Amino acid sequence: MRARRAGAPQLLAFLAVLLADRLVAPQFLSVHLQDGRLFGSLIDVFNRGAPVALLSLGMVLVVATGGIDLSVGAVMAIAGAVAASLADSQPLPVVLGAALATGLLCGLWNGLLVAVLRIQPIVATLILMVAGRGIAQLLTEGRIVTFASPDLAFLGGGAFVGVPMPVVLVLGMLVLTLALVRGTALGLMIEATGGNARASALAGIDTRAVTLAVYAWSGLCAALAGVVAAADILGADANNAGLWLELDAILAVVVAGSSLLGGRFSLWLAVLGAFLIQAMNTGILLSGLPPELNLVVKAAVVLAVLLLQSPRLAGLSLLLRSPR
Amino acid sequence: MSRNLPVLVAALLFAAGYGLCATQYPAFLTTRVVGNLLTDGAFLGIVAVGTTFVIIAGGIDLSVGSVVGFTTVFLALAIGRWGMPPLAAFGIVLAAAGLFGAAMGALIHVFDMPPFIVTLAGMFLARGAGFLLSTESVPINAALYGAVSDLSLSLPGGGRLTLTAGIMLAVFLAGGVVLRATRFGATVYALGGSRQTTALMGVRVGRNIVAIYALSSLLAALAGIVFSLDTASGTPLSAVGVELDAIAAVVIGGTLLSGGQGGLLGTVLGVMIGGLIQTAITFDGTLSSWWTKIATGLLLFAFIALQRGSVVLAGRSGRRVRTARPIVQPAVART
Repeated sequence: MRARRAGAPQLLAFLAVLLADRLVAPQFLSVHLQDGRLFGSLIDVFNRGAPVALLSLGMVLVVATGGIDLSVGAVMAIAGAVAASLADSQPLPVVLGAALATGLLCGLWNGLLVAVLRIQPIVATLILMVAGRGIAQLLTEGRIVTFASPDLAFLGGGAFVGVPMPVVLVLGMLVLTLALVRGTALGLMIEATGGNARASALAGIDTRAVTLAVYAWSGLCAALAGVVAAADILGADANNAGLWLELDAILAVVVAGSSLLGGRFSLWLAVLGAFLIQAMNTGILLSGLPPELNLVVKAAVVLAVLLLQSPRLAGLSLLLRSPR
Repeated sequence: MSRNLPVLVAALLFAAGYGLCATQYPAFLTTRVVGNLLTDGAFLGIVAVGTTFVIIAGGIDLSVGSVVGFTTVFLALAIGRWGMPPLAAFGIVLAAAGLFGAAMGALIHVFDMPPFIVTLAGMFLARGAGFLLSTESVPINAALYGAVSDLSLSLPGGGRLTLTAGIMLAVFLAGGVVLRATRFGATVYALGGSRQTTALMGVRVGRNIVAIYALSSLLAALAGIVFSLDTASGTPLSAVGVELDAIAAVVIGGTLLSGGQGGLLGTVLGVMIGGLIQTAITFDGTLSSWWTKIATGLLLFAFIALQRGSVVLAGRSGRRVRTARPIVQPAVART
């Protein structure tokens, strides 16, 4: 189950889900070019999965340090609200900059609570999860703020060389994150911090800075996801933007085979996990089964992956030795 | 002393908040507002009792809100559509929830999985099951429901102590007795302190963990029954996010999230402080509902900071504690 060596099971699972989708909907794999943008159910899987994929890029790093970030959905809502309220009066770079800076600030706040005040990650990020949606509603004054700016809308509905912009952004962030953590020793430090924070600190790693950095990155990724979600619907809905997406992002990380106890991670598998979840969603929708089945399927997937990861299952003999 | 500090602070805060509201709105001094505060907090209070047990034992249960939702929709269908007698339906749903919680506890113990993620899966499962039963709100027109909503104890001054508020108070009392005066209660504290030490003392850890999660789900189902009595309907969307409200109430009440410390008195105060904020905002009328969320977030932060402070003062700052990490590392994981 080594995440770095493996990836084959996840890839096979993804292909299997796509195949299943193809079986329930014969037109699933047909992709056509229209108005300079690719269309089709398969493209839709990637397009719809983009926000969760962006979230999982930040989440996987947080989880690798042994933490968790519950606030990403709320941060999405805040960043979306910021972007939507500025979109019609400011040029795109300012809008993007403001939204991303807000996300970074939210991430730094989480990081501060976890790294400096040493509050458990679940609780530390719970604060922003509860208050963040209130802040987003404060920004939008409880309304759904809409905008008409074609620049911002391009991020949600536009296309680059035929590929929808959300997917381009996911790929861009994946490459950027890969370069940052795997191109440098940062990834190793993150894994070391998650494996054993005290030993890493003794070995000279500034675990506090590493922890702060991963939460900040998670906030940044969440803000970008929020901008994409807002650009997609041409508005910011503080109540529903990113609602429960933190759970999907955690699920994507779990599916990627990253240990929730920290210590190892794979960025591209987390993104693949996000798309795998979306492919299941789309499949259930296409098949005409009740969409509510989605939740049950997700639960089953989480349990199955956890059971596979469980150290107890690795040695079946341990099961026989009655657990105390 | 430092152990009781958070409860004391919560009590003072509640008293000060209540006093402040009373000076602004004299109606706060009537038993009517007190009765409403108890009734409105009833269903969250019952959930929070279960959450307190789980958190003291060093775990977390994210599935309770979904269990409440499932319960209300099951009751609505069973009583309204399938014509089941209400009491039989109550029995079935309580038993089912108990089994559900026990199954989560068993997974957590036997496979040594983080409680956070197991109960997250449970949350998806229960919510999904509720949606599969019905996607819409179903009314309940049973005679029992009408009778129960009229049942209340009149307080002097025009207030009413409703049955649901009574159920909450009874659950709090019973929970307090179990936690403080039984062997099971002592085990809950011991498990939160150190699972390994508890096991070495000869306590059968597994069955206790199963019992704790079964209790949490059982109380969530009871809260669902109360919820359906209050609203005389059932919808799978009910009680979304209640697990977080419950966790917030427990934390504000001074229970340590790393386990081993805390109590139900604090949780009562936590629930009441939440209700007070809500009532004050309703009385004010000009503040918008999102201020509730922001105020809850700020309170949560203040109390967690207080907890950290008191823990550091108690000289345990060197130990980093995380709930996601099992305290007992299974032998095979080390090899």
